[in-house]
Amino acid sequence: MSENLIEIKNLHVTVEDKEILKGLNLSIQKGEVHVLMGPNGAGKSTLVNTIMGHPKYNVTSGKICLEGKDITHAKTDERARRGLFLSFQSPEEIPGVSVENFLRTSYGAITQKPVKIFAFKKELENTMAELQMNKSYAERALNVGFSGGEKKKNEILQMLMLQPKLAILDETDSGLDVDAVKIVSKGVEKYKNDENGLLIITHSTRILEFVDVSQVHILVNGRIVHTGDRSLIDEVNTSGFAKYETAV
Amino acid sequence: MSEQKKHVADIDRSMYDFKDKDTSKFKAHKGLTPEIIRKISAEKHDPAWMLDFRLKSLELYNKMPLPNWGPSLEDLDMDDITTYVQPDTKMKGNWKEVPDDIKNTFERLGIPKAERDSLAGVGAQYDSEVVYHNVKDEVTKQGVVYTDMESALTEHEDLIHEYFMKLVPPTDHKFIALHGAVWSGGSFVYVPEGVHVSIPLQSYFRLNAPGAGQFEHTLIIVEKNASLHFIEGCSAPKYNVTNLHAGCVELFVKEGAHLRYSTIENWSKNMMNLNTKRALIEKDASIEWVSGSFGSHVSMLYPMSILNGEGAHSEFTGITFAGKGQNLDTGTRVVHAAPHTYSTVNTKSISKDGGACIYRSGVEVRPNAYGSRSSVSCESLMLDAKSRSDTVPVMDIRNDDVDVGHEARIGRISEDSIFYLMARGLSEEDARALIVRGFAEPVAKELPLEYAVEMNNLIKLEMEGSIS
Repeated sequence: MSENLIEIKNLHVTVEDKEILKGLNLSIQKGEVHVLMGPNGAGKSTLVNTIMGHPKYNVTSGKICLEGKDITHAKTDERARRGLFLSFQSPEEIPGVSVENFLRTSYGAITQKPVKIFAFKKELENTMAELQMNKSYAERALNVGFSGGEKKKNEILQMLMLQPKLAILDETDSGLDVDAVKIVSKGVEKYKNDENGLLIITHSTRILEFVDVSQVHILVNGRIVHTGDRSLIDEVNTSGFAKYETAV
Repeated sequence: MSEQKKHVADIDRSMYDFKDKDTSKFKAHKGLTPEIIRKISAEKHDPAWMLDFRLKSLELYNKMPLPNWGPSLEDLDMDDITTYVQPDTKMKGNWKEVPDDIKNTFERLGIPKAERDSLAGVGAQYDSEVVYHNVKDEVTKQGVVYTDMESALTEHEDLIHEYFMKLVPPTDHKFIALHGAVWSGGSFVYVPEGVHVSIPLQSYFRLNAPGAGQFEHTLIIVEKNASLHFIEGCSAPKYNVTNLHAGCVELFVKEGAHLRYSTIENWSKNMMNLNTKRALIEKDASIEWVSGSFGSHVSMLYPMSILNGEGAHSEFTGITFAGKGQNLDTGTRVVHAAPHTYSTVNTKSISKDGGACIYRSGVEVRPNAYGSRSSVSCESLMLDAKSRSDTVPVMDIRNDDVDVGHEARIGRISEDSIFYLMARGLSEEDARALIVRGFAEPVAKELPLEYAVEMNNLIKLEMEGSIS
């Protein structure tokens, strides 16, 4: 039995007939935190949306395995039930469905068990308190009228409540003020343990304050062109991606 | 997939689709002549003025053209519609005395249970006549009258004479002229000055006979500073022939009074629902309409509020859900006919599987209605590319000192919303159903509880197997 949480092999993905990912390889073991960086248009969002199974992204070759199980063509909800989680860059607004109701529905769908309403509510309230979210948000329609920061906190709330095996954070820290990043980083720290994993797309080290980074990958033009340790983040922030782009 | 859809649609209507054997005692011949009107009138022991009214209405009906706008009514052949079907029973005040087949129908629709649990009074109409009417003693003791229109015509003839079809005259349009000629059944409510009826009254209309029309008349008078919540429910089993519903609702809300009028209409999909509802709202009085339209083949339904006294207020909340083969043309009209009058309109419509929802509203602000406010919002959701949704909002503003707002949105469920919910473990079907329920939620929460539950179940069932 492999300790591989996720293994992506030679992944080619097209969007509207244009190839975006051109043979991408990536594997994340249990207990690891990976950071993915790259210039705009390199394919970062394509990668995370493909991992989650967005119908717009078409896998032309290669495969994605989660805990040894091939999920390349699995439906999105099956991937979620198997323990994948994506914190969206722009979370959708769903009018008329409260955060609590939605999370309870989601929790029930993922665990495939009836949800104990009062225990769930208690846990939700505690988790919201840790994220310094006002209790009243539980009653509000999902993401409707939420500020950018509130939407991102709400994604982290979902991650903490659903306890996925692999959480992918797509620029969760962008657009957040200093205090909010701190709260989100604390949330990430709380989530992390030896059995699960994280793939974080970010431009800075701010969200990584409380976690150990295992690997940092540079994605350019649909391929991972360089992998290094945490120091790579600062290097990129100083020198940019130019040297990796010319190497391609 | 379409196989499964069919299967689901069958389950969906099973609650309404059971039919009783047609055991009616008297049926008018199909089609319409003065002789038939005389016969119906005699059968109902009308006073002479009512027979006269019916015959004049019939003349109007024969002269007036079909509406030249709205959905096609070509499936309707009046010569094929039986205008009067008398069930083989007299009206009872105790469910035990109602004949078993009819009682069982209402049991299956949950009416006697709702009466025990949460209502102050119930009227139940089966085909053309009311078969059951009962009011709790404490409500009667308050001086409230709640009875069928036939009894009211005997016991309160003066009131009926004074109010009957004064707000909606038979000259209005062809189908209301028809109603004036052949009306039968319906409810009469009178709430005396200052009386608050704390729990709702409910009338339920069930059309069992195939190829028949139902023409019930509901007349409600809420006197000064009184208040009432009235609930109306309608259903019918599905037949292969066209049934017609051309009811009329007249609501008089006097100074400082309040009326809440809730309707859930779930006619079968062979029904032409051409219903006319109107309320006259006096000084500082208010009306709240809550209207759910789910059934029928074709509907034309635009409840109207006439804000007739200073400070009068109307609020209309409506939801329409059109599936395969349905063309539901619904909306509302408001007339601001006095200074400082206020209206709010909030409607939602959902169309799927080739269904069409047309939202039509008219807001008229008269020259004397200065300082008035009106806010209209309509939202439509189309669940697939085959379905249709239109909005036709008309505003006729005749003075400068008004505050009028209108907002319309037509949308589809976005792929990204589905993806978001599926990324949280919901199946595509559940994701769509959740989005539709969320869309309907602002209206659902206004409905009486049992109807809100029914609406949610309906959406869930309608959404099952809807993924192709």
